[in-house]
Amino acid sequence: MISQLFKPRGNSSARALNAVCGLLILLALLALPWADIEVYSVDPWIELGRIGRGLVMPYWDGWQILLQAVGQTIAFALLAVAMAVPLGLALAMLFHWRAVRIFCASIRSVHELFWGLIFMQVYGLSATTGLLAILVPFTGVFAKVFAEIFEQQDRAPAETLGSGARGIKRYAYTLIPQSWPALTSYTRYRFECALRSSAILGFIGLPTLGFHLETAFKQGDYSEAGALLWAFILLIATIRFWLRPRLLPIYILGAIWLLPETIGFSNGGYLWQFISQDIWPKALLAGQWSEAADWYAGMFSSQVWPGIVQTLLLTQLALVLTAIVVLFTYPFASQALAGPVMRWPGRFLLLVLRSMPEMILAFVFLLLFGPSGLPAVLALALHNGGLIAFLVANASDAEFGSRLGRPDDPGGLKRYAYLETPRRFPAMLAFLFYRWEVILRESAIMGILGIATLGFYIDSAFEEIRYDRAFLLILATALLNILVDAVSRRLRRAAGADTPQPGRTH
Amino acid sequence: MSALQTKSKTEGKMVFRLANESLTLGRNPILHGIDMEVSAGEKIALIGPSGAGKTSLLNLLHQQQSGQVALQPQQTGLVDLLSTYQNIFMGALDRVGTLPALWNLIRPLAQHRAEIEKLAETLGLGDKLWQSVDRLSGGQRQRVAIGRALYRQQPIFLGDEPVSAVDPLQAKLLLEHLLDQHETAVVSLHNRQLALEHFDRLVIVVDGRIVCDAPAASLNDAKLDSFYQQDPTPEPPAEPAPAGEWAISGS
Repeated sequence: MISQLFKPRGNSSARALNAVCGLLILLALLALPWADIEVYSVDPWIELGRIGRGLVMPYWDGWQILLQAVGQTIAFALLAVAMAVPLGLALAMLFHWRAVRIFCASIRSVHELFWGLIFMQVYGLSATTGLLAILVPFTGVFAKVFAEIFEQQDRAPAETLGSGARGIKRYAYTLIPQSWPALTSYTRYRFECALRSSAILGFIGLPTLGFHLETAFKQGDYSEAGALLWAFILLIATIRFWLRPRLLPIYILGAIWLLPETIGFSNGGYLWQFISQDIWPKALLAGQWSEAADWYAGMFSSQVWPGIVQTLLLTQLALVLTAIVVLFTYPFASQALAGPVMRWPGRFLLLVLRSMPEMILAFVFLLLFGPSGLPAVLALALHNGGLIAFLVANASDAEFGSRLGRPDDPGGLKRYAYLETPRRFPAMLAFLFYRWEVILRESAIMGILGIATLGFYIDSAFEEIRYDRAFLLILATALLNILVDAVSRRLRRAAGADTPQPGRTH
Repeated sequence: MSALQTKSKTEGKMVFRLANESLTLGRNPILHGIDMEVSAGEKIALIGPSGAGKTSLLNLLHQQQSGQVALQPQQTGLVDLLSTYQNIFMGALDRVGTLPALWNLIRPLAQHRAEIEKLAETLGLGDKLWQSVDRLSGGQRQRVAIGRALYRQQPIFLGDEPVSAVDPLQAKLLLEHLLDQHETAVVSLHNRQLALEHFDRLVIVVDGRIVCDAPAASLNDAKLDSFYQQDPTPEPPAEPAPAGEWAISGS
């Protein structure tokens, strides 16, 4: 459908875009028969009705616990971001070193929840685990995006300095002040992501919103779940009102005070044993090479390969479905198409979709459709589609009434097809490519909910205390992620999709 | 105010009538007390220094009479990813139903295709018909915009510097074609010569006011100069003084 949107003939920029879209759709169609997307639940509507009722009539009787859960969700996110920003900034300044780039790529290719599972083995269910789980991958993301922001700045100010003024001095006087608005705006957006990550860390036992949400859903207490969901949406929607730079020191002190009391301490000895012994197969440690090779071959055929295949299949379906969600939802949130007033319900819907972590959406869909890949695909498409549609609608609004518009521009569906969609399409595709990597990471993690992606095998390995397996599987996930990132960059260039502001979509 | 008053003047029915119109954007006054009437069949050139309010005046006219007008704004309003064909076709969007319009994106409608192919040929865009317009040069893009205006197939043409990006010979031919295809035209122009040669009436706008509204035959370059000096167009730079003179400036 999308590939047909623009006439693929002659020397046209639409041609490359079409080819890439066609390829993605074809891959998704090929994935369809192989992906596990059956509906198991006999009648999802009854359950959906009960959840809907819970959302409309939220109820919570222990406000203290709710407040504490919200507070701890914020505390983990805030402290982790406060530490990840300076670390990321420092790494961004060294981003011209290949080693730094590889290091950052590898730490950000592992999902927060997997980091959480890893640190939990060392630090137990503690504040340290929660903080590190967010801090480590976020540092990698900050480093990459900050470096991209620096790259886009004008070189002239730095060139006027003496060649002796190098390194941090140069950054402090030129690139950092030059890009300050972009850096702070990205950090702000990233804090929103940290809140989502912090919430879903509850799924592995930390005392954040996700923990209570999982409990409430599992007990079928949908009013309580509704209250938690609303609390979370409100929290995200009001960030710009309460997150004031001046209040940050107070917030940080408050966050430290709110952290769970278990600090999580591990003596260096155990950490060393974990790294040097636990995560490697015994045969390898004993130097029995042929047995080690057998172990790896067995793991590959029984877990790594099937996990990779399912993860990729679901990612591909989710990616194409995301594009469809974007194309169908963005007009309802844009001023030019929905009108200045009628766009607000659309914007609210997109806000809800983008605030809601994929894990939570998937969890709800699992209750409805049973344990297959379908809930994961739907959740990924709705969340990411909502996020991208929001950006696309904003871009459309920014152009509305600008010099590009003409008084005789068409309206309605004609405007959608002839003006808005072609003008937004390259940026939309670029957002989608940026998001690909994220969708992959998320579909791997969905395994924790019982869907047979890589996360499923990782979660099982941790449960069976088979750290050697878990480590191998996480390594495979990370490599797959880096690979997809590279492919997406290639395709983005091949399609000539323009590069929107970096960040925002990572 | 009704724009379609049937009151007949010498030439024919009146198509635009502005009476003491003013326009303020934010706190900046753009136009003051504009009085202007345009009758069917008139060809009017708007001239004046840049920033005088010609574009705003054209917008006022367009608001009065948007139904029968083919508009060509200075910012062409082309859609980059769409082909020359589709961008010209957009001129016909209001006379084509929604479903055929959507289908046309997938497969060009045969009748429109034949017409637009011919139109593109006359505009010298025959070989660019299926290129996306982001790959065209400034002059080619302007010709696509002219194509869209022509494909509106309306009796009135409102153009804002419609031929500013093409070379002088082409500009003359294209302007003649545009004037030939429309019964009535109001066109803002930077080039006085084109204005004097091709239009029956010249309206000079300076600082948001109409300072002169006269038949073209009664005007010439010198008279125009008395109303406003032509903006310094990029003329060949004055020859640098020989270095020797500089060196002995004291003598």
